[in-house]
This record gives sequence, structure tokens and C-alpha cells, in this order.
Amino acid sequence: MDKWESNRAWFLILPVFVIVAFSAIIPLMTVVNYSVQDIFGPGQRFFVGMEWFREVIHDERLHNALVRQLAFSCMVLLLEIPLGVLIALAMPKKGWGVAACLVLLALPLLIPWNVIGTIWITFTRPDIGLLGKTINDMGIAFDHTARPLDAWITVMAMEVWHWTPLVALLAYAGLRAIPDAYYQAAKIDGASSWAVFRHIQLPKMRGVLTIAVLLRFMDSFLIYAEPFVLTGGGPGDTTTFLSIYLVKIAVGQFDLGPAAAFSLIYFLIVLLFCWLFYQALQNVGTGESK
Amino acid sequence: MARITLQEVAHSYRRHPKDPSDYALKNIDTVWEDGGAYALLGPSGCGKTTMLNIISGLLTPTRGRVLYDDRDVTRLPPEQRNIAQVFQFPVLYDTMSVFDNLAFPLRNRGLDPQTVRRRVQEVAEVLDLTADLKKKAAGLSADAKQKISLGRGLVREDVAAILFDEPLTVIDPHLKWHLRRKLKEIHERLRLTLIYVTHDQVEALTFADKVLVMYEGEVVQMGTPTELFEEPRHKFVGYFIGSPGMNFIPCKLDGARAVFDGAAVPLDEETARRAREKEGPFELGIRPMYLEVHDSPGDDRLPVKVLKVEDQGIFRILTVQLASNTLKVRLPEEKPVPSGNAWVRFPRRWTKLYANGRLVA
Repeated sequence: MDKWESNRAWFLILPVFVIVAFSAIIPLMTVVNYSVQDIFGPGQRFFVGMEWFREVIHDERLHNALVRQLAFSCMVLLLEIPLGVLIALAMPKKGWGVAACLVLLALPLLIPWNVIGTIWITFTRPDIGLLGKTINDMGIAFDHTARPLDAWITVMAMEVWHWTPLVALLAYAGLRAIPDAYYQAAKIDGASSWAVFRHIQLPKMRGVLTIAVLLRFMDSFLIYAEPFVLTGGGPGDTTTFLSIYLVKIAVGQFDLGPAAAFSLIYFLIVLLFCWLFYQALQNVGTGESK
Repeated sequence: MARITLQEVAHSYRRHPKDPSDYALKNIDTVWEDGGAYALLGPSGCGKTTMLNIISGLLTPTRGRVLYDDRDVTRLPPEQRNIAQVFQFPVLYDTMSVFDNLAFPLRNRGLDPQTVRRRVQEVAEVLDLTADLKKKAAGLSADAKQKISLGRGLVREDVAAILFDEPLTVIDPHLKWHLRRKLKEIHERLRLTLIYVTHDQVEALTFADKVLVMYEGEVVQMGTPTELFEEPRHKFVGYFIGSPGMNFIPCKLDGARAVFDGAAVPLDEETARRAREKEGPFELGIRPMYLEVHDSPGDDRLPVKVLKVEDQGIFRILTVQLASNTLKVRLPEEKPVPSGNAWVRFPRRWTKLYANGRLVA
């Protein structure tokens, strides 16, 4: 009797198993399955072992995409973190200005990602775009559809416009959490505003900034929708980041095997960075409680 | 070092104050003599911290002037006033070592490294921080952190005054006593002006030469601990200082006597004469330790009923009923304790008359 009852408890966690199975395990195992087969069509598939992995690892274009991706993510951090902190420092501390700033900052975060790509296409098009046309009329040749550098600048500008508000909001939350007594003590101690920033604000923001770095690095590492809509990975493949390249292989060329192998490697890279950041975050935590 | 004067200072945290009740500080006129050890005593929310912040320059008062000696500093920020302030909770520069924390106020003022080193070492010596100088400040205990905050207040030699805003709240009781002693020592040695905010009367009375008692945004009395105890100028002082607080009995004037519930207590002629010029309501006030208790009737003795006896170790607290009033009496240990019915006498020297909360004198 007892045994039967305790077995019935499995029914209670069954929904979780089903959800996790359908949302993670089955899709992931399908990808693993694809990655070791050559698929020509329904019912026409051959086991190829590690061949796709070998091919993908030696794929020159994947190396380029990875380097591009890392460069992109690093530039994102270098631009967005300082800019976000500057915005947070410049924000009002009380009154109606706070609410106004928060709403303004939240706007880019609320727009669907492919819409952001569309907005920036129309904004920067050299023939009709408000910004693109203006720059060209000023005599500076600018065309993100034809010139790699212009494409990069546009993608970066879009990314910074889209995500700096998140960094600013995090930094602002960190700043607001500093008790007034710190600022008062700094005034009494005769500290310059640089010293206040260096010795009070920055150390107190360390926790939120670590989270900001982590979020922005991972997110930008997985970026897809906005640059896909804006440049489609071009001109050439100069803005083809990892996920764009992946989709090109999987959907464009319908090479499901290599794409699956690529996905798994991509997944492992993301996992590796997650682990590194998690370690860093843990250290920040212990550093503060010591 | 300087004499600090507050002239008709009032402060409101509202932008357009109308009522007197909008003011956190109401018309403060005080002089802090150079080299004095002052305590600012009062309940939470009475304006102590506001007053301190006005002296240091963290706040600009709504009205009135702040003078350091004869220099008007009302509109100057703290860094131009040459003042030190220690806050209730430890403020540390987490990324710096203890040494750098203590040196920070000096370095910001561009002192040469030798002077900085000498001063930091002196202060660390006084506060027993010498062994920790090289450590990161962030890793220390709450006590040590507050000592560093105190140290940053003490490290500058030439300040007009050092202001303490309940600095020992977060400190362990035994260390509290030790640090208070240290501050007192420093004061005796350097004769700096110290202003010490607290809501703890023991702290105020042991630390300061002069105590200012604040109540609802006003300074109700400034005096030595003895004066505050023997001559409370305001009902609040009588009630706030001393344990238990002063007894108050609502009364009416009848010639040179205060009468209540059919009983009468004689007053001295002078007090009675002055009281006739004042508006009521009147109250009699007497400290529990000055109220005499007898076990037999006699001249000027009023019958009471003993309600409760509390033994506090070196003394006892009696609660007695006098007509419709409940009074506290503090009896020395060796005195016999009456039970049931007893008689109290109000010694004239210690019986005070208050008109509308203020001492008639």
C-alpha cells in the first residue's frame, strides 16, 4: 500500500518531465542525431560519424565568423558599458525627470528585435533614410549595403542604441543603492567628483556592472535578428556573425548535418563562456562579503 | 578651531514652508565655544541631524546664518568650511587599504606625504588600528569600520570642529565605552570642539561638558549635566533626562500654593510671584529621587497609596497614588520601604513649577 502511494508521486512531476523533454531534451537530441548523419531527404540518410564535426572545425568561413563574432561582442562591451555608466551618472536623482528618463530608456528595450532592424534600415538607407540621406547630402559617402565599414558602423550603432539602455538602467539601480552618507562623507573629506566616482560609485556598481557585462556579452554573442534584417550578413559576409552563418547553412543550403554539428560546437562555446562568467561572478560575490 | 555661531537658523525640508510645523528646525540661536565638548541630545526626529548637517554645510538652512568665528559660512559647501563629520553608519572606501582610507581627507587637501604618514599613524595609534593599516578596509568587522570612520574625522589637525552623528550606534557595548573614553581623551589633549549627537542620555551626560537638549526642532535647554538634572527648563528635559523621568502633576495656583485634587504644595514666594504673570496650564514637577517618603503623617505631608515596588539593585522605584496622580519615587537601597499607606513631602528646593511646559523661574 505504502509503496503504491509513493509511486504515484511520479505523476506529480510528470508534467515537468514532459515540458523539459519537449522544450530541451528532444530538440537537443534531434540535433545530435542530425550531426552524425548525411541527410538527402525523408528516409534517405546515412550515418557519417564525426565527419561533419571535422569539416565544420576546419571550415575557414566558420573561423572568420567566430573572429567577427568575438570582435563584435568585445566592441559591444567597450562601447555600451562606459556609455551606460555615463548615462546613469547624468540621470536626475529625483523629481519627474526620473520617470521620464526611465521611460525613454525602456523604449528601445520594448521594441521587437526584427522591428529594430527594420527601423534602422529605413533610418540609414542612403537614398531615403533620414540619417543615411543626410550624411550623403553632407558629402560623406555612406552606404551600409555596399561598404563593409559602413555596415559595421551601422550594426554597432543599432546594437548600442538598442542595448545601452539596459546597461544604463542596471548602473542607475546600482547608483541609487548607494546610501547618501557616502556622498556626504566624501564632501566632508573634500573628495573631487572623480574621486567620488573612482572610490565610491564604481566599487559600489561592481556587482551590477558584472551582471551587465555578462548579459551583454552573451546576448551579443547570440545576436541574430537585428543584423539579419539590417544587412543580411553582408555586404559579402562581412557582418555574418555565428548565428547568421548557422542559419545560412541550415536553412539556406539545407545542410542539416553540418548545421547540427555547428550548432553543437556553438552551444559548447556559449557554455564555456557561461562557465567563465559564472566563475567571475562568484569571485565578485565572495570579494564583497569578505 | 573656531567658535561656531548659529544665528536665527531655521530649516524646512519643504520648498515652500508655511506652518511652523513644516520646519524641522525652528529658530535656533546657539553659540558653540571653541574647544568645548558638546552633546546634542533628543529623541529621533527632533532635528539633531539637521542641525549637525547645517553646521557642517551638507545642508543650507532655509533662514539664518552660520558663523565660524566671524566668518559667514552659511552658503559654503563642507569642503570649504574645514570641518569633520562622522556618520551613524561606517562609511568606507572599499577599494582602499585602511591607511589610504585614513589618509584620504589629507591627500584631498594636498598635504605632503610625510605629514600624511605622521598623522595617519598618530590616529591609528589612538584608535588601535596600527596593526590593520595595510589591510583592505572592506574586509574588517563593523567595529573596525566605524573606527576608521572616526579616524577620518580625527585625522585633520586644523578643523573648526568635529561633528559626530550617533557614531557609536553600531558598536558593541564594551567597545562603545572604550571609544567614548578615547574621544574624551582626545578632547582633553587637543581641546578640539566636539559636537556629539545622540539620543542616549548616558552617552550625552558622560561625554559632554555641555548638553543641548532638543525637542521638536527647538533647543529647549543648554547646560551642564547637573543643570539639566536639577533645573530642567522644559518639561521635556525633566521627562527625557533621568531614569525614571520627572513627575508632573497638573495644578492650579492659590496664592503661594499649588493646589490639585484638594491637596496643596507650598511654593516659594518668588516662584509664586513670577507664576502669577504667566498663563497656565500649570504643572508641578519633581524628580523621583527628591520626593520624600514617610510612614507617618506630618507637616506638608500628603497621603499616598503605594501601588508597586520595583527593585533595581542599588535603588528601588516606588509607584504611588496621590489623589488622581501616579508618581514615581526613587528610594535608596538602605531606606525602609513603606507598604499600603504612606505620606510624601515635596521639598521646596526641588519642587519646580512649569507654566505651559516651561520652567517658572
